[in-house]
Amino acid sequence: MPNPAPETSQFSITPVSLWRRATNNLVTAAAVGAVILVLTPLAAIFAYLVYKGIGSINWAFLTQTPKPVGEAGGGMANAIAGSAYILAIASCVGVPIGIGAGIYLAEYGRNRLGDLIRFTADVLNGVPSIVVGIVAYGIVVLSQGHFSALAGGVALAIMMIPTITRTTEEMLLLVPNAIREAAYGLGVTRWRTTLSITLRTATSGVITGVMLAFARVAGETAPLLFTAFGNQYWNWKVNQPTAALSLQIFSYAISPFDEWHRQAWAGALILIVLIVGAVSAVRIAAGRGMLKGA
Amino acid sequence: MGVGIKVEHLNAWFGNTQALHDISMDVPANHATAVIGPSGCGKSTYVRCLNRMHETIPEARATGKVRMGEVDVYNGTPAVQIRRRIGMVFQKPNPFPTMSIYDNVAAGLKLNGYRDRRRLDETVERSLKLSALWEEVKDTLRKKSGASLSGGQQQRLCIARALAVEPEVLLMDEPCSALDPISTGKIEELIFQLKEKFTIVIVTHNMQQASRVAEFTGFFLLGKLIEFDKTEKIFTTPSDKRTEDYITGRFG
Amino acid sequence: MPGPQPVAKPEVVSTSRVESQPLLKAGSGDVTDRIFSFAMLCCGLSVLGLVALIIFELVTKSKLSLHAFGWRFFFRSEWDPVNEQFGAWPFVYGTLLSSFLALLLAVPLAVGVAVFITEMAPRWLKGSLAFVTELLAAIPSVIYGLWAIFVLVPILRQYVEPFLGRYFGWTGLFEGAPYGIGMLAAGVILAIMIVPIISSITREVMTAVPQQQREAVLALGATRWEMIRTGVLRNARAGILGGIILGLGRALGETMAVTMVIGNRPEISRSLLAPGYTMASVIANEFSEATSDTYLSALVEVGLALFLVTIIVNILAQLLVWSVTRGAPARGNA
Repeated sequence: MPNPAPETSQFSITPVSLWRRATNNLVTAAAVGAVILVLTPLAAIFAYLVYKGIGSINWAFLTQTPKPVGEAGGGMANAIAGSAYILAIASCVGVPIGIGAGIYLAEYGRNRLGDLIRFTADVLNGVPSIVVGIVAYGIVVLSQGHFSALAGGVALAIMMIPTITRTTEEMLLLVPNAIREAAYGLGVTRWRTTLSITLRTATSGVITGVMLAFARVAGETAPLLFTAFGNQYWNWKVNQPTAALSLQIFSYAISPFDEWHRQAWAGALILIVLIVGAVSAVRIAAGRGMLKGA
Repeated sequence: MGVGIKVEHLNAWFGNTQALHDISMDVPANHATAVIGPSGCGKSTYVRCLNRMHETIPEARATGKVRMGEVDVYNGTPAVQIRRRIGMVFQKPNPFPTMSIYDNVAAGLKLNGYRDRRRLDETVERSLKLSALWEEVKDTLRKKSGASLSGGQQQRLCIARALAVEPEVLLMDEPCSALDPISTGKIEELIFQLKEKFTIVIVTHNMQQASRVAEFTGFFLLGKLIEFDKTEKIFTTPSDKRTEDYITGRFG
Repeated sequence: MPGPQPVAKPEVVSTSRVESQPLLKAGSGDVTDRIFSFAMLCCGLSVLGLVALIIFELVTKSKLSLHAFGWRFFFRSEWDPVNEQFGAWPFVYGTLLSSFLALLLAVPLAVGVAVFITEMAPRWLKGSLAFVTELLAAIPSVIYGLWAIFVLVPILRQYVEPFLGRYFGWTGLFEGAPYGIGMLAAGVILAIMIVPIISSITREVMTAVPQQQREAVLALGATRWEMIRTGVLRNARAGILGGIILGLGRALGETMAVTMVIGNRPEISRSLLAPGYTMASVIANEFSEATSDTYLSALVEVGLALFLVTIIVNILAQLLVWSVTRGAPARGNA
């Protein structure tokens, strides 16, 4: 059993008194309590989403557009499609730039400029999404004169780029230098090595990063409020306002109609299933993918 | 047919630190030349200067003249071309982990624009036979990844990969130091056969290996070439006292 | 026997050698290399360009308002679009109050969870708990808001706020009718939202503390809590502080969930039960309906201030976190 520590101990730990043991147990209890307190809302959110949402998800919901105010029925088909559309635009812009910047940082950017870009990317990650919306409004909506899917896509792309950049860099740096040297030794040019050897070796990790960024922006609402703006009808034109799942959930939730509240829950359930599905798939792929990369 | 390499007054730096001092050496064609010396004496740096791998390190540079046959390695020819004619095998086997055995061997060809399936198949088979790996992998060429082989097999795979682009010179930077004795023996046997077709320069810290495998040997110390002669002479009657001290184990 | 041999005549080698040079068709790639590295550089510079673009847009579009109201804009309380009088103080107040309330609630919980996962949880539990906490971070803001409106607010309205009003009303913090909607609701939902990020950074810096530190304290006869306190938390405190500040940054910029439960009234009240308004919320609610240029400009100015504040807070946080984890590439903030 513990002896009293010598007087010279800098921590001046007293013998394991009842007080010390009690404190220890109290802290453990508090930590467990914290975990329970944190997990409770999580469980509650999922529970309510299923409880309130599942009843309203039916074929009509998934294939119809919203009905006019006050009428029952209708669905969020255009919103689901619109979200996919906007995300596709965002990915086309954000993914190449993000991966390119990541390649720059890993292969060419071990210098001051690279440090600056790295730092800026981290800072960019913290910009509030509503501010990104303002910027996209200024660049796209104002110059075109109307809300559009393109504007929404640009806003989301701005949010995807820093995440993709940093994860791509991280994955590329994991590729051992010996692999690059093997390629150089064969007389392969540097750009070919970077694309066909280094990037190829890191592919699964890079894809993980892209999907994480994708899942993150899929649920964003604020940047779409005055860019894509929303739409009661179908829209496939890149230059017109477009519905989005998150926007629809928002406007239904704050409306005074019970019917719309019901649909908001259903839409939210669909959204969360898609996002959690994407995040989990990424996690599983990462568990297997990591073994391939190194 | 291999070619010889003529090195004149080669100096190399890492940043401000000079790693090689005024090296001059004639590497004869179609023979194996060993480069020996204690750790840090510049042997790896020297060999990496021959195929311009040295300059891939940031802040590294080299001056001097290196001629491979008729070609001036440093002036006039792009580094990439040089590296296609001088192959390299590294200390730790480094097959491309996401590629199959076939793709590994074919990598040098494919990445340099060569696409004809039949020629690729022939070259892969020939290279794997040259590196004595064919029998062991011929059934799983496309199914197994390069990284799933044992250490000795991986190194032979890397040798096959280097040979597939048909270089004239093969540089080997301590190719056996990460391998077990049996694999080492197999690779030494391989070198013995390969030198009929290629010029080989092999860096080794193992003097017995040098005497087994190479006809000529150069002894390096602190970035300088102390002595270069037939292996037999270096190991029995070295001219320089420092060589003698190293060989007899006084240091290193 | 392999060994030193007399110099032998070179033998005839494979005849395909002479034809083999054309085998390698690709060029030396010098030009392509330069084009490629330039293209990658452009991608890298675009990151810098984005930030510059953001600053440019925010500054130019808020010029009108800056000229009209100057810096006192942030200390005036009048928000009257009809008469074109704009003062952002209620929003600043609301943002600060809701964020600090959220921190107050979130920090003990987040650190508690992090301590539990890192130091107390059995191995089989660690992974799943960590995953679940990160799942919290993946839930979109609008879904938090949805849940908050229909589940959290009624609970606050029926149970929590009357309770607080009755027993703690004397503090002056809980005056007024319990609507449910208001500052308290915003603070609570924000707290739930920022727990994952504070917790994950705290876990990261705690894990970065070397095992020897823990063992040194234990060897002196400390209890587990004492070991955690002196051996881990003390060493990691810069990083934990960084995580907290990062959480603050997140709370400051959070829009949707707050907008849905804070009541959206530009008023300043001491009571946490009263409705309020935040900088992000006013932009979200009024931007697409701003009728005049000055109105829009005022909103952009609010956005500019929000941007500057969150940038400064985030930079500070990053520096603190890097000081403990030595600047390894940061994971994207989930």
